[in-house]
Amino acid sequence: MARMIIRNTVLNQKKGFLLLEDDRIMAFQEGEPGDSSSCKLYDGRGYHLLPSLIDVHVHLREPGFEYKEDINSGLKAAAGGGFGQVLAMANTNPVNDNASVTRLMLEKASWHHPHGPFVHPVGALTRNLEGKELAPLAELKEAGCRAFSNDGLPVRDNELFRRALEYASDLEMVVIDHCEDPCLAGDGVMNEGKISSYLGLKGIPDTAETLQVARDILLAAQLDTPVHLAHISSGKSVELIAWAKQKSIPVTAETCPHYLVWDEEQVQGYNTMAKVNPPLRTRQDTSALQDALRQGVIDIIATDHAPHADFEKQVPFAQAPNGISGLDTALSLCLGLVRKNVFELKDLARLMASSPGKIFGLPANSFQPGDPADFILVDPEHQWPVNAQTMLSKGKNTPCQGDMLQGRVMAHFMAGKEIFSRI
Amino acid sequence: MNWKHKDLLDIESLSDHEIRHIFSTSSRFIEINSRSIKKVPILKGKSVVLFFAEPSTRTKTSFDMAAKRLSADSFSLATSGSSLKKGESLKDTVLTLEAMKPDAIVIRHSLSGSAAFVAEHLQCSVINAGDGWHAHPTQALLDGFTLNRIWEDFSGKTILILGDIAHSRVARSDIKLFSRLGCTVRICAPRTLLPARAETWPVKVFNDLNQACREVDAIISLRLQLERQKAGLLPDIREYAARFCLSRRHVELAAPGVKIMHPGPMNRGIEIASDLADSRDSLILDQVESGVAVRMALLYLYLAGSKTEQELPEG
Ligand SMILES: [Zn+2]
Repeated sequence: MARMIIRNTVLNQKKGFLLLEDDRIMAFQEGEPGDSSSCKLYDGRGYHLLPSLIDVHVHLREPGFEYKEDINSGLKAAAGGGFGQVLAMANTNPVNDNASVTRLMLEKASWHHPHGPFVHPVGALTRNLEGKELAPLAELKEAGCRAFSNDGLPVRDNELFRRALEYASDLEMVVIDHCEDPCLAGDGVMNEGKISSYLGLKGIPDTAETLQVARDILLAAQLDTPVHLAHISSGKSVELIAWAKQKSIPVTAETCPHYLVWDEEQVQGYNTMAKVNPPLRTRQDTSALQDALRQGVIDIIATDHAPHADFEKQVPFAQAPNGISGLDTALSLCLGLVRKNVFELKDLARLMASSPGKIFGLPANSFQPGDPADFILVDPEHQWPVNAQTMLSKGKNTPCQGDMLQGRVMAHFMAGKEIFSRI
Repeated sequence: MNWKHKDLLDIESLSDHEIRHIFSTSSRFIEINSRSIKKVPILKGKSVVLFFAEPSTRTKTSFDMAAKRLSADSFSLATSGSSLKKGESLKDTVLTLEAMKPDAIVIRHSLSGSAAFVAEHLQCSVINAGDGWHAHPTQALLDGFTLNRIWEDFSGKTILILGDIAHSRVARSDIKLFSRLGCTVRICAPRTLLPARAETWPVKVFNDLNQACREVDAIISLRLQLERQKAGLLPDIREYAARFCLSRRHVELAAPGVKIMHPGPMNRGIEIASDLADSRDSLILDQVESGVAVRMALLYLYLAGSKTEQELPEG
């Protein structure tokens, strides 16, 4: 039995030390440890303790697009960003719609990062993400998939989506939906409104999202089956989700740091770094999403980490691929929201660890005795420049490229083992 | 005036004073273009690349003639059927062009923002000859100059822009130019052809052509892309013409002496009645004439204006 003490740290404003036994938490106690002769000692340098984060929405690009990101680089970025577990979407090439792709992802991850971060593949809901026939969902589950989604290419056929929900519910698996009506979204490239009109870019109305949110809520109610709504971007969607929760319809929802800190103004100057799907919306949407997180209408924060190569974003706006690389910056951006009193530090633990763990059946640490010893040490004061050198992901595509961010992960432990350190 | 800009991307980046200066320089070139020998040596030795990634005979010819009358060498490059390989990025294409050391690149491209994108990557001057739905500053300047030849003062004037505003870079640039010059700007179109949040533009929005025409001093009818019907934006072209084709009876509702304009090429009988296009009220051919002069003025200002305060030859 190996004991370890992380001394000189802060948990929920209290200064103290964390006691670990093997891969589990034993206790957090205020003050300094007394007799520590039988324990390994680690100096926490006064940093804050947070649970290792869980990101339920990342694109790791392997297999098929390793020049954008691969499982190794993506997990490095996850470790440095504070994420110990990530759900990886299925829009790879080949698509993760069969067990061999799932196994490849799991094997690559455990080869490069045997102690974590851990990948939980998300299986395709339909074959080749085409929205025509169901993928072999039971086979995918057995191979290690943790959820199903057609993320990127939402299922347009309502009947097929209904059957997918029913089939997945037999397997006790959650379906994640990218809520976008493909007809209304069309070939739009940014939020439809004042800015799109001014820049002469084709817009995507927020109704493209809300229509499908409404469909999913109605189907979840009819089938009494959970649906998880991915990357919610609009205030109107929030109103629908609030109504659904009031009626105890089993929907859960996520939003992303970029919808919480930026709006469509970021696109001015045809800034392809701010091109994302769903698009950055208005300032009113941003504040509605912040309120929704505070009130528990939106359950969790996920990154929708979508790395791209630099040359892919160096094109006219309409030609640029959608996506923001998020793993490196998510926690810092959210700590910025904590400083602005949008929510508290302890809310971050809920939004980025315990709630995602609950929804997808993953172990999350809440610093109770017996919890997994998965945690990060965060320096809330640490300032760092966002650039190609400081980002661990291959994808450097973010609107905060060149900015200084405050707050950073200094060390990351999984099952009591240090998997990443900046100390 | 010392010209301080490297690029001409849109109307917003020009000051009122600079717009006036472009007009007065253009007047000098109108005069030069009326001589029997129209060529002047002020850009001798300069080279201008006409990079048209979207077909346009009119604008390209106008720029080409403008360059040649100033004694600059002009080179045309159209991407469709060019030697440039398919799949090459726009950035690589223009970096290749710049390596040949032109003094300016005139670009027409189907994507909004592409002129700004190119300008960001190049040292030489970039002149936007139309990018997607975004901007067509030389067209707006020639429209403004055409009216300026008739009107000294724009304040108190009302201009109506009619047709497919949503997908029109001409409309966007005209709205910015004319509202800046002090005009009241109206737009008129079925709602499917209005830009999203049209109320945020400095315009008054109409969907009834009779009301829109009342008391206006100039009407700019825009070209309708006939594909808009297939895209589900219009039930059919005949119905569009019945509601929005500008004709004599509309002109009678306007202010006396109203001027009719169109950026061309026209769909006669769809957006403008044929007799009206050919009438005395029409400035459509004056626009073409002004176009060459305005583009001469712009090439002169962007290519020579910043280096020396070179004097134009006296008339
Ligand atoms: Zn998505």
